[in-house]
Amino acid sequence: MKKEQAGLYIHIPFCLSKCGYCSFYSIKSINLIPEYIAALKKEIKYYRNIFSSFDTIYIGGGTPSLLSAVQIDDLISTLNKYFDIDRQAEITIEVNPGDVSLEYFQALRKLGINRLNIGVQSFDDKVLKFLGRRYSSKEAITSIEAARASGFDNLGIDLIYGVHGVNIKSWKNTLQKAVSFAPEHISCYQLSLDDRTPLYKKYSLNDWHLPDENTELKLFLTNSEELENAGYIHYEVSNFARLDKFKSRHNQKYWQHAPYLGLGPAAHSFLNNKRWWNKAAVKTYLNKIVQGKMPVEDTETLSAEQLQLEALFLGLRTQAGIDLKLYKTRHGIDLLADKETIIDVLIKNKLVELRNGFLYPTRAGMAIADSLALI
Amino acid sequence: MENIRNFSIIAHIDHGKSTLADRLIQFTGVCNERNFQDQILDNMDIERERGITIKSNAISLPYHAHDGKDYILNLIDTPGHVDFSYEVSRSLASCEGVLLLIDAAQGVQAQTLANLYLALDHNLEIIPIINKIDLPSADVERVLEEIDSELGLDPFTHIKCSAKEGIGIEEILEAIVTRIPPPTGDTANPLAALIFDAKYDSFRGTIIHCRVFEGVVKSGDIIKFMYNGTTYKVEEVGHFLLTRAKRDKLFAGEVGYIIAGVKTVADVRTGDTITLQDRPCSKPLPGFKEVKPVVFASIYPIASDDYQDLADSLEKYKLNDASFIFEKDSSAALGQGFRCGFLGLLHLDIVQERLEREYDLSIILSVPSVRYRFTLKDKKIIYVDNPAHYPDPAEIDKGEEPYIRAAMMLPERYLGAVMKLCMEKRGLNSNMNYTSPGRVELSYEMPLAEVIYDFYDRFKSVTQGYGSFDYDIIDFRESNLVLMDILVNGEKVDALSQIVHRERARARALLACDRLKEEIPRQMFKIAIQGAIGAEIIARSTISAFRKDVIAKCYGGDISRKRKLLEKQKAGKKRMKMIGNVSIPQSAFLAVLKSDTD
Repeated sequence: MKKEQAGLYIHIPFCLSKCGYCSFYSIKSINLIPEYIAALKKEIKYYRNIFSSFDTIYIGGGTPSLLSAVQIDDLISTLNKYFDIDRQAEITIEVNPGDVSLEYFQALRKLGINRLNIGVQSFDDKVLKFLGRRYSSKEAITSIEAARASGFDNLGIDLIYGVHGVNIKSWKNTLQKAVSFAPEHISCYQLSLDDRTPLYKKYSLNDWHLPDENTELKLFLTNSEELENAGYIHYEVSNFARLDKFKSRHNQKYWQHAPYLGLGPAAHSFLNNKRWWNKAAVKTYLNKIVQGKMPVEDTETLSAEQLQLEALFLGLRTQAGIDLKLYKTRHGIDLLADKETIIDVLIKNKLVELRNGFLYPTRAGMAIADSLALI
Repeated sequence: MENIRNFSIIAHIDHGKSTLADRLIQFTGVCNERNFQDQILDNMDIERERGITIKSNAISLPYHAHDGKDYILNLIDTPGHVDFSYEVSRSLASCEGVLLLIDAAQGVQAQTLANLYLALDHNLEIIPIINKIDLPSADVERVLEEIDSELGLDPFTHIKCSAKEGIGIEEILEAIVTRIPPPTGDTANPLAALIFDAKYDSFRGTIIHCRVFEGVVKSGDIIKFMYNGTTYKVEEVGHFLLTRAKRDKLFAGEVGYIIAGVKTVADVRTGDTITLQDRPCSKPLPGFKEVKPVVFASIYPIASDDYQDLADSLEKYKLNDASFIFEKDSSAALGQGFRCGFLGLLHLDIVQERLEREYDLSIILSVPSVRYRFTLKDKKIIYVDNPAHYPDPAEIDKGEEPYIRAAMMLPERYLGAVMKLCMEKRGLNSNMNYTSPGRVELSYEMPLAEVIYDFYDRFKSVTQGYGSFDYDIIDFRESNLVLMDILVNGEKVDALSQIVHRERARARALLACDRLKEEIPRQMFKIAIQGAIGAEIIARSTISAFRKDVIAKCYGGDISRKRKLLEKQKAGKKRMKMIGNVSIPQSAFLAVLKSDTD
C-alpha cells in the first residue's frame, strides 16, 4: 500500500494593509521578509527526520504574493533539499489581485507552482472598499486574465458573501461574474465577525447585523444551486470544484485527518494523533528560531474520543462524507450500529444520506454540519 | 391541678399569634431580654420567614396572679395553616381554653371561623382578643359586631390588646387564670396521655409532647402506644421551659414531654394515647385518626448523581415530619426519584424549600396530583395518585376524585370575581351569607385537584389579598377523568403526564405544549410537541429546526478550535434529558411543572 503522503503549509504573515474582516495575525514590516525566509528555511530543516515526503504544498497567508519569485524559489529549493516532493505534487500559492502581474505569474509557473488561489472576494468596488481590500474589481479581473495568460490551468477564486448591503440578487451577479472566468475552483466564505476586527467595530457602531439565519441559509443554498448549475461540484461547505481533479488536494488532507506540516507563525501540524502549533507572533517566532529552538507554542495529543469527534465533524463537512468502513478501522466504532436511531431520523429529515458505505450530508445537512457532528 | 391552665392561641394567619406568645413569655419572665428573640416559639427559619407556625410547640409559663396564687400556664402553640388542621385539633384537645385572636383591622377571617369551630368541638372556653388596636386602621366596633354576628360569641367578654406594643397582656393573663377552667383528671387512674406532637432530637431520639389526662408517668415506667401496642421504657419526663426541664413525674392535668428511646417521629402518631403497659387505661382518648397525605408529587434530583444525597436527605427530613411519606419512583425522562405524599400544598412547599435550603439539594418536582379512586370493571377499587399507575382505560368502570368544601370570606366587591373563579374551578352547591355589611361568607364544593392546581394564588390575586380561604375534604365524587400525556416527537414524556378532568385536558395540554416550545432549544429537525389522551391528540406545538450553523472555514488551525467548541456543546447536551432524539433541558420540565404559578 502506498504510504499516505503529507501536506505542507507555509504561512506568510505579512500584509501591506489589514482587511476589515480578518482577525489573522499579520504584520506590515515587509523589511523582515528576508529574515523570515531564513527562519522558515531553518524550520524546514528541523522537520527533515519527522516528515519525509509531501504531495501538496500550500503557500498561504497573510499575503504570499508579497514575496518575490526569488524568495519563493529559495523556499521551494530548500524543501526539495530535505524532502521528497512528489513529481505530481499540487503546489498552490495564494495571491492578492493588486500585487500581481503577468511577469510575476510567469515566474511562479517556472518555479513549479501549478495552482493559483486569487483572493478576489468580490467583483463589486463598493464591497471591496467596505471589506478594506486594496484593489479594484478591474484589477481583480486583470489578475485573473493575467493568470490565464501565463498558462495557469488550475485557478481558484475566493469570494465572501453575507456582507452588509449585498442582497441575494447582487450576490448572484457576483457568482455569475466569477463563473464567467471558468475558474477550476471557487471558495465562497460566509462573512463572520470576530470581535477583534475593524469590521466588527464598524458593524457595532452602525448597528448593522450579519444576515439572519434564513438569509444565511438562502445564500448558502444559492451558492450551491447556482454553482452546481454551472457545473461545479459542491465538495465541501465552502468549496466548489469544476472537476474532481480540481478539488483542493491540500485542503482535503485537513478534512481526512491526513498528516500535514505547517511552517511559520501560528501554523498547525498534525501527525498520527498529535497536533502542534507555532507561536503566533512573528517576532517571537523569529527569536525562537534564532535561538535554535522550536517555535512551537503547544502540542495536543488527541484521545480516541477526540479523534472520533474530529473525524465526524470534518467528514460531515464534505460531500463525500464519512467512509464508514475506514471510520471503523481507524476509530473502532460502527457508526451505523452506534447511532442507528438518530441517523434514521436525520435520513428521514433529508439531512444525511447513506450510500455505498458512506454517510454524507445533503445540501441542507451541510448547512448544519457542525450540529450533525453532535449526534 | 387547681393551679394549672392549659391554653392555646388560635388565629387567622398574620393576626399576631406568635407576637402575642412572645409577649406572654416575656411578661411571665421565663426568659430574660438577653436570650429573647422574636417569635420565640417558631424555631425554624422558615417559620419566622413565612410568618407561619409549622410545628406545634409548647411552653410552661409561671404566673403570680392578682389572687396572690402562683399558676403554671401551659401555652400550646398550634400550626397556623389548613394543611395541618389535624395537628391543630390535637393541640386543642390538650387544652381547656383558647385565646381567639382577631386582627382589629382585618376582622374575622376564614381561618378564625375554622379555628373557632375546632375549639367549640372541644368544648373549650373561648376568650376573644382583639389585637393590633394600635393600628390606625383598627376598627374595634366593627370587629365587636363580627364577634357577635359571625362568631356568635358574647362581645362583652373580649379583651383589647396590642401584642406589638405590649398593651393588655396582663389582662389576658388574668383572664386565662380566671376564665379558663383548671384541668380535671385523677392521678390515681391508669395513665392516659394525649400525644399532640413529636420532635426529633439527634441525641435523645423522639421527644414526645403530650398532655396527661389521667394518672402519672415517670422515668422507668413501661409505656404503651395504644394505636399499635408498641412499648417503650421511659428515660425522662419533664416540662417545657425555654428548653426542656427534667422532672421526676408528669401528673394528670400537666403538659410536658416524654423521652423513651423512640427512634423516629414516624414511630409516634399524633393523637395517639400513651398508657402504662402493666396498668393500661380502658380506652384511648377520643379523636385519634391517622393522617393521610392528600397531595402527591415526585421529587427527582436535577443531577442524577445526587440521587443518594436526596435519599439520605428525605430520610433525615422524615425523622421530624411524620406526615410526610415517600417511596422510590422512577421516570424514563427524569431517572430515579421518589414519590412523596403531603398534607397539602403548603406542606409540599415547605418540604421542597427545606430540602433545598437545609440539605442543599437541587430538585425537580413533578406536577402535584391528588389521590383518585377508580372502580374497575371487575369491581375492584384502586387508588391512584401517580399518573404512571393510571389503569388501562378499557378496564375502568368509574373514576372518582376527592372533593372539598371551600370556605371563603371576602369583601363583597370581590364576590363576582371569586364566584367566576369558583365556577371555572368546577365549584358546586354554592352558599352565600352576608355576615356583616359589605362582607360575604361564601362556600363551594370543589374538586381538590382544582384547588391544588392554582386556585389559592388566583383567589388571592382576584381578592387583592383581602380574601381568606379554608377547606375540608368531604368525599369522593364521580368524575370524567382522563390521563393526559405529553409527547415529544412521538415519545411519551412520562414525568409530564397528568390525571385531569376531561374538560381540563385541552387547556392543560396546550399550556404544557407552549411552555415546552419556549424552553426546548431548536434542533436539527422539527420537533412536534403534542398533548394526547390515549391516541387522540388534543394539543400541539412545533419547534422549527435550525437551518444553518456551519462555520465557513475549517483548515489547519480551525480544527482544534471547532473541536473544543463541539466538546463543550456535547457536555451541555449530556446535562439535558434525551427523549425521542430530542434534547430537553431541565428548565423545560420546570416550566411545565410550574404551570400553577400564573
